[in-house]
Amino acid sequence: MGGAGGLSDSDRQWSEEAFSRRTIEEIKEKLKTVKHKILVLSGKGGVGKSTFSAHLAHGLAEDENTQVALLDIDICGPSIPKMMGLEGEQVHQSGSGWSPVFLEDNLGVMSVGFLLSSPDDAVIWRGPKKNGMIKQFLRDVDWGEVDYLIVDTPPGTSDEHLSAVQYLSAAHVDGAVIITTPQEVSLQDVRKEISFCHKVKLPIIGVVENMSVFVCPKCKKESQIFPPTTGGAEVLCQDLKIPLLGKVPLDPHIGKSCDKGQSFLIDAPDSPAALAYRGIIQKIQEFCGLHQPKEEHLISS
Amino acid sequence: MEEVPQGCPGTGSAQAGRGASCQGCPNQRLCASGAGAAPDPAIEEIKEKLKTVKHKILVLSGKGGVGKSTFSAHLAHGLAEDENTQVALLDIDICGPSIPKMMGLEGEQVHQSGSGWSPVFLEDNLGVMSVGFLLSSPDDAVIWRGPKKNGMIKQFLRDVDWGEVDYLIVDTPPGTSDEHLSAVQYLSAAHVDGAVIITTPQEVSLQDVRKEISFCHKVKLPIIGVVENMSVFVCPKCKKESQIFPPTTGGAEVLCQDLKIPLLGKVPLDPHIGKSCDKGQSFLIDAPDSPAALAYRGIIQSTCA
Repeated sequence: MGGAGGLSDSDRQWSEEAFSRRTIEEIKEKLKTVKHKILVLSGKGGVGKSTFSAHLAHGLAEDENTQVALLDIDICGPSIPKMMGLEGEQVHQSGSGWSPVFLEDNLGVMSVGFLLSSPDDAVIWRGPKKNGMIKQFLRDVDWGEVDYLIVDTPPGTSDEHLSAVQYLSAAHVDGAVIITTPQEVSLQDVRKEISFCHKVKLPIIGVVENMSVFVCPKCKKESQIFPPTTGGAEVLCQDLKIPLLGKVPLDPHIGKSCDKGQSFLIDAPDSPAALAYRGIIQKIQEFCGLHQPKEEHLISS
Repeated sequence: MEEVPQGCPGTGSAQAGRGASCQGCPNQRLCASGAGAAPDPAIEEIKEKLKTVKHKILVLSGKGGVGKSTFSAHLAHGLAEDENTQVALLDIDICGPSIPKMMGLEGEQVHQSGSGWSPVFLEDNLGVMSVGFLLSSPDDAVIWRGPKKNGMIKQFLRDVDWGEVDYLIVDTPPGTSDEHLSAVQYLSAAHVDGAVIITTPQEVSLQDVRKEISFCHKVKLPIIGVVENMSVFVCPKCKKESQIFPPTTGGAEVLCQDLKIPLLGKVPLDPHIGKSCDKGQSFLIDAPDSPAALAYRGIIQSTCA
């Protein structure tokens, strides 16, 4: 019964059910076939997390021998279906769980977007219900043998992030890639996200700075549209001793490709932005190669 | 409509507040205590508290990073330029509170008095409240789940002593979740003029904006209109216009035509905006003749007309 203080029986029951050792172990078992798990985070919205997640998936999957999975846990604003050109696709259930939607034989995607009747349907859920969905995504999706599972997150440091980290606490997570743009208003939120990672003992693979400069296609003048008034990600990374994985310039092709659901790496392969992305993807692969999963690795205490 | 948890037993049921699905619902304790039939008393308290506030405007977007806080800050600046207009700016983005930095108020602290919390005053006629003022350091992460965030929002609305205010602007985080539901629920007895919805031109943003518009309809929140930020970039050297975030489906203009919602204005990309925000200054003062500043002024006028 709801008392004046402390946990009621039903509080305890829900907490235990939601984050029980059993659930966490089930998820650990389910994800045993997944070699590397990468979270894509940012304190700030609109800096390019989903764009980056989508293109990290595309880039890795260009090698048809690499099995890639992309999980979108942004429940309110799931951008991944559109960016991957998979709008309107539906999720199927089988004996072994939910099947992801396959863009290629080696690239499977899951998002709440696939569960909506229409892309304009608003998912207006409070925290506990979002947590339930994330649990299902991690426990009930049949990913199969996967080399890289990329988890795209919404902005912030709230339910979705806590739940993802808690549910994954027994499964080895390689680390987080943190996305930012150059201005201090973004970096401020990124420092909070880094603080979050430290608190939950999530390793940080590095930081990506998006929207670094814009090069005028006509006169080639470089403009800093989001000025790095405090030195941008470069200074932040030096201060906090975190790797800067790369800087990506603004490029209208990126937005166009995302809206069309295509890979920008294919649409504009020689652009500075595509080359920047490829460099970043390579660094992430190197990081994962150096940090192989151990048998009984536990992330959080 | 998912403002109650799935499996909600109903506020009048014997299981009210006691079911597993009640966890996290802001009314859980109320239901469990047996007073489930009555609405949260905070709603009436907030209605009383905000009686001295003439106009209330929510600034929303489904999408992050489109310029909600930038717009909220400059709407506040613009309105407060008339020293006879009392303006209040409330930042309910608990995880990523940008307003203190944008208003040049970092490091300020909130004071308590007999009549409640005092907002931080930038000018005599411009008061600001944000969770940012409650942190020891701006880099402190607020890692709270929904219920705790809801509690903070209730306090902001019920316990802040705004005084006589002409415009209360409420800046929100991206999405359609706890903060938005709570703000609307707690304000449900106080008259809210409406919502301004911010977007950028590309379809990935518009998609989330349509969800936000859907949210507004569901909670019966009037929509004042849509603002399209980051419309074009004009090269300062050769004046070529580039659409950095291409409106592949017609941008906000087409969306507003389709959904019969006013388009309040389009704001071009301008490096001065980011610079002013980082420095905590008003871009309307820093670059008053720029196309972006003129666009903002037009929008402010349309919003409050």
